[in-house]
Amino acid sequence: MARRSPLHSEHVALGATLVDFAGWEMPVRYSGDIAEHVAVRTSAGLFDLSHMGEIAVRGDDAVALLEYALVGRMGAMGLGKAKYTMICAPDGGVIDDLVAYRRDWDHFVIVANASNKDTVLGELEARAAGFAVEIEDESDQVALIAVQGPASEGIVTAMIARDADNIDTLPYYAATNVVLEGDIHAFVARTGYTGEDGFELFVAAADASEVWRLALAKGGDAITPCGLSARDTLRLEAGMPLYGQELTRSTTPFDAGLGRVIAFGTEANPRGDFVGRSALETARDAAPARVLVGLVGDGRRSPRAGYAVTDVNGGVVGEVTSGAPSPTLGHPIGMAYVDAELSAAGTQVLIDVRGRGEPMAVAALPLYRRAQ
Amino acid sequence: MGNVPGDLRYSAEHEWVDGELAVGGEVTIGITEHAADALGDIVYVEAPGVGATVTAGEVCGELESTKAVSELYSPVTGTVTAINDELASEPESINKDPFGTGWIFKVAITEEPAGLLEASAYEGLTA
Repeated sequence: MARRSPLHSEHVALGATLVDFAGWEMPVRYSGDIAEHVAVRTSAGLFDLSHMGEIAVRGDDAVALLEYALVGRMGAMGLGKAKYTMICAPDGGVIDDLVAYRRDWDHFVIVANASNKDTVLGELEARAAGFAVEIEDESDQVALIAVQGPASEGIVTAMIARDADNIDTLPYYAATNVVLEGDIHAFVARTGYTGEDGFELFVAAADASEVWRLALAKGGDAITPCGLSARDTLRLEAGMPLYGQELTRSTTPFDAGLGRVIAFGTEANPRGDFVGRSALETARDAAPARVLVGLVGDGRRSPRAGYAVTDVNGGVVGEVTSGAPSPTLGHPIGMAYVDAELSAAGTQVLIDVRGRGEPMAVAALPLYRRAQ
Repeated sequence: MGNVPGDLRYSAEHEWVDGELAVGGEVTIGITEHAADALGDIVYVEAPGVGATVTAGEVCGELESTKAVSELYSPVTGTVTAINDELASEPESINKDPFGTGWIFKVAITEEPAGLLEASAYEGLTA
């Protein structure tokens, strides 16, 4: 039996098509994938992300634990800041990619992928031996609702009853406590997974329906409920990795071109040991054999996860990790791991699309960048 | 669960067939509303060419949406007599009107059709 979001009845009332996703019954679409995708690029979309895991880490050693357990320099985060980071295995493989929020000097919230939440929780608990911390899985108590797109700032501002003066100046990857209309407390972050400006609202599960309806009421014609299908094409255009596709236990952050999330420290500002350090130093110093690239084609048939990438002579040089017809760009796009020597933008490759080689060109990520 | 017109026959691969189900008969073929809903917005259709031979239960084309790609199976054996050219510019017809303007191809049957389902049986399959 799949788990249900606290917003399940809202999805049913809106006529959503529900699918199983990481053990959750979640909306894949409401009206149509393309209309939902376009709404986020041109106005605003509303997403239920309540399947995501929220793990709180509190205590005097919260910084010390997270600096040991994660690859980022968590102690350098300011209050109310968000940080994209990863938890790696001792061999350097990615266990999950995470967004960490610093809610207080000794209080962080780690947002994990739904499929990995139990693993991340278990790893944090195992790594916490000897640290003075309390680790709490808050996933069932927290609903996560995203408002994404160029109209999102106006909509979120309209939802807020108090502290609204912060929102228009809230920087990207920062967060603040607000009170929404209806006296609902929310932690609002300027973060997202769409390549647009946008916000993610952490609210109590009991308040989720009221917040969802408030967003729809304030957004009016400017906001469109969006499902997982649009979320996937939006993040793909924006070059954002999806765990299980671009990131796995057998890829390091360097393979995915995300070595920057690892803080090894400098002579002037050294950093202590963290899980995976030694293997990641080796990975840093050795050029990866295959690297993550973008793909663009001018045909009609799209690359899809698992399809082989070949050179023009048919020799296998890589594998597609994600792909779709891009609603914004109007042609097939994808991401793939390819041999390093074929990773330069403009390199011509063939994608084995169900037995026929479709020509595509390697392209730098992201494939879509919003106008500033 | 989508609409399932009672006057059509269905394959387990979610195609519908309309017309005379006998050798020499010509039938129109498309995919069901259930299949179109599962795929999401269809952006590309690859149908067999006019004159091609198709075999019941075998792949004869593909349907691509933003979310996924799906193979198109022929529900009957025969020769393709027409394809819906409108789908090249308006593949979304399959989502909007799967049993009407979203038809995909027509076949002149050369082998007695077998194993096609009545609407009630197809509904049972997708329930």
